[in-house]
Amino acid sequence: MRDLMAITERPEVISLAGGLPDTSTFPPSSYAAIMQRVAAESCARALQYGPTEGMQAVKACIVDVMAEEGTPVDADDVLVTTGGQQVIDLMCKTLIDPGDVIVAEAPTYPGAIPAFTSYQADVVQIPIDDEGMRIDELEETLERLEREGRRPKFIYTVPTFQNPGGVTMSLPRRRRLVELAAERELLVLEDNPYGLLRYEGDRLPTLRSLDEHEFVVYLGTFSKILAPGIRLGWAAAPRPVLQKMNVGKAAVDLCSSSMTQCFVAAYFEAGRWQDYLQSLIGIYRRRRDTMLAALADCFPAESTWTRPGGGLFLWATLPEYLDTTDLLARALQENVAFVPGRSAFVDGRGASSMRLNFSGVGEDDIREGIRRIGEVVREQVELYGTLTGRPPVAPPAAQPSPEMPQNVVRMPRRAG
Amino acid sequence: MTTVAVLKGGRSLERNVSLTSGARVQDALARLGHDVVAIDVGHDLVTRLRETAPDVAFVALHGRDGEDGTVQELLEVLGIPYTGSGVSSCIRCADKVLAKHAFRDAGLPTPDFFAWNEAAFKQLGAADALPAIEDRLDFPIVVKPARQGSALGIKFAQTAADVPGALVAAFSYDAKVLLERHVDGRELAVSVLDGEALPIVEAIPRDDAFYDFEARYDIGRTDFVCPAELDDPLTERVHDTALAAYELLDCDGFARVDLMLDADGVPQLLEINTVPGLTETSLLPQAAEAAGISFDDLVARLVELAQRSGSVADGRSPRG
Repeated sequence: MRDLMAITERPEVISLAGGLPDTSTFPPSSYAAIMQRVAAESCARALQYGPTEGMQAVKACIVDVMAEEGTPVDADDVLVTTGGQQVIDLMCKTLIDPGDVIVAEAPTYPGAIPAFTSYQADVVQIPIDDEGMRIDELEETLERLEREGRRPKFIYTVPTFQNPGGVTMSLPRRRRLVELAAERELLVLEDNPYGLLRYEGDRLPTLRSLDEHEFVVYLGTFSKILAPGIRLGWAAAPRPVLQKMNVGKAAVDLCSSSMTQCFVAAYFEAGRWQDYLQSLIGIYRRRRDTMLAALADCFPAESTWTRPGGGLFLWATLPEYLDTTDLLARALQENVAFVPGRSAFVDGRGASSMRLNFSGVGEDDIREGIRRIGEVVREQVELYGTLTGRPPVAPPAAQPSPEMPQNVVRMPRRAG
Repeated sequence: MTTVAVLKGGRSLERNVSLTSGARVQDALARLGHDVVAIDVGHDLVTRLRETAPDVAFVALHGRDGEDGTVQELLEVLGIPYTGSGVSSCIRCADKVLAKHAFRDAGLPTPDFFAWNEAAFKQLGAADALPAIEDRLDFPIVVKPARQGSALGIKFAQTAADVPGALVAAFSYDAKVLLERHVDGRELAVSVLDGEALPIVEAIPRDDAFYDFEARYDIGRTDFVCPAELDDPLTERVHDTALAAYELLDCDGFARVDLMLDADGVPQLLEINTVPGLTETSLLPQAAEAAGISFDDLVARLVELAQRSGSVADGRSPRG
């Protein structure tokens, strides 16, 4: 699969595989003005090492961003990191010995899996449905692990606009998860890169804002609200955890880039970060709607997909006899790519699902990409029908209405 | 000094492996004192080759285009000597169905098989023949795309219910697929260098229920033993079969012959790779190493052989 993914980067391929924000929407004139300001006002500082925990000015921006999601935080509880990914790594570095258990969602963020496995963690995955992680299944699993004398080091979740599922954890489940963490004294890593990219509905409280007992480690990032190229994220964590992560970070890279921290500070000082965020929300909402409409038009009736209220991804599931890893090979012949579902699981599940990204390419490419994928899926469904003597499935009626998508169903409830 | 163009990458699904093979070959060529030009094969291949006018092209491409005779045909047209087998040999080896027919016609052992293209299923009702095939091959049946390197798209159907899904998967890679009798036995690879068989490599998967493309390239999921633990008569038998296949399909320079040694000690031919992997973990370099041939020596030898065959090509007798 790794090797197939390498080919998705060819320029002629419409890639719905990446998780890329559209950085072409950032005005070059703003970039130039910010850099000009950094050069004029903080050149030496931008070129110098900074404190491991991050510059105070950036921490102030982080306090603002978290406040935007109703999550108060003390700047002293924040560690600025090199992208959100570094928080995942530092959590493992700080807490994981080989064989330790990490509980994650099924499917989970594909990029977290190599981080977990490189520390030789035993990843236990809890199924999700359209209300996010199945907390009842989580409780059962925690019971089982306890009987086996195993205590997870932390629970990893992307509660809002989940990657790759596109689903959002409901409020009751959020409350219950935070309660469970306190009852069992378990840490939760709340990965929240997309919370502010909401295209509809009301904001739900972050796990951190519900947490009264300091069991939630919060992961945030500037990648999706500003740009991933600046490689800045953060952790907001209980002090003992934060201190250990700080030591770990000092060993890895001393500090995150001073240059991009100065960039962020100057960008926030200009006071228009919410405007840019709003423009991104408008662009991504249209792209999401385009993808949903294209799916309704082009995917066969036997397939289903989630309808995310925000974020960058949706999760489509094809008839169980299709394997999306093989399908990717076929799709690449048509110059289109997606992420095969299996990469979001540690145990080979997810074979008939795929993750589709709608933020990285424009609406025309989304339509064309989905059309091509739909074409190869249809071809394979038809071939399977021929091979099994099943009648070919009738194409769905053309109803490109994202408001009433009949194919949008609840996430399948898989056995844990 | 000789200028050698290393052709690598390309649009094949094995692009990544090829880039790794190519990079390793480039390093070796540089150490050998050659002028090295690396070409990631794309639209501008012919232009790049004309510009650089190399003395030899080292084909480090795996899979589609690079191993199926396409690039070799271009090199013939441009009159550039190249490493490895010629056009006709590549075409026949890259297509498992053609290769297996050749083996069977020549009386060389290869597992029973049946092969069709998609049209046969869609337009000629070949699906109706599946039960008869299943009877003749017994389960598990191995379903493979005819032209796809590595183990991409290969599925084991344990029951009749698995066959349609396995066929659909295989058709993702090629318009022609084969259903092959599964040989329960030892998986062997015989590397051949200039008509000489090198020590045999045995691949021993650690998790025998799960052997696929990922496993083949993930260090630690398959153990490789070289030389394979086989007694002398058996080693000779395996070598003889591999060399017979190599000669039958008119391979040149080098190749890797994959076989299964069945319960009766018969080496059953699976396929021949005309551009075998040349990465740190690839089997042919391991076998060469076991024979006392370093990677640099191997590369030097292949370039030398290419130059020798190339002079034949100049004599208006392109390699078949």
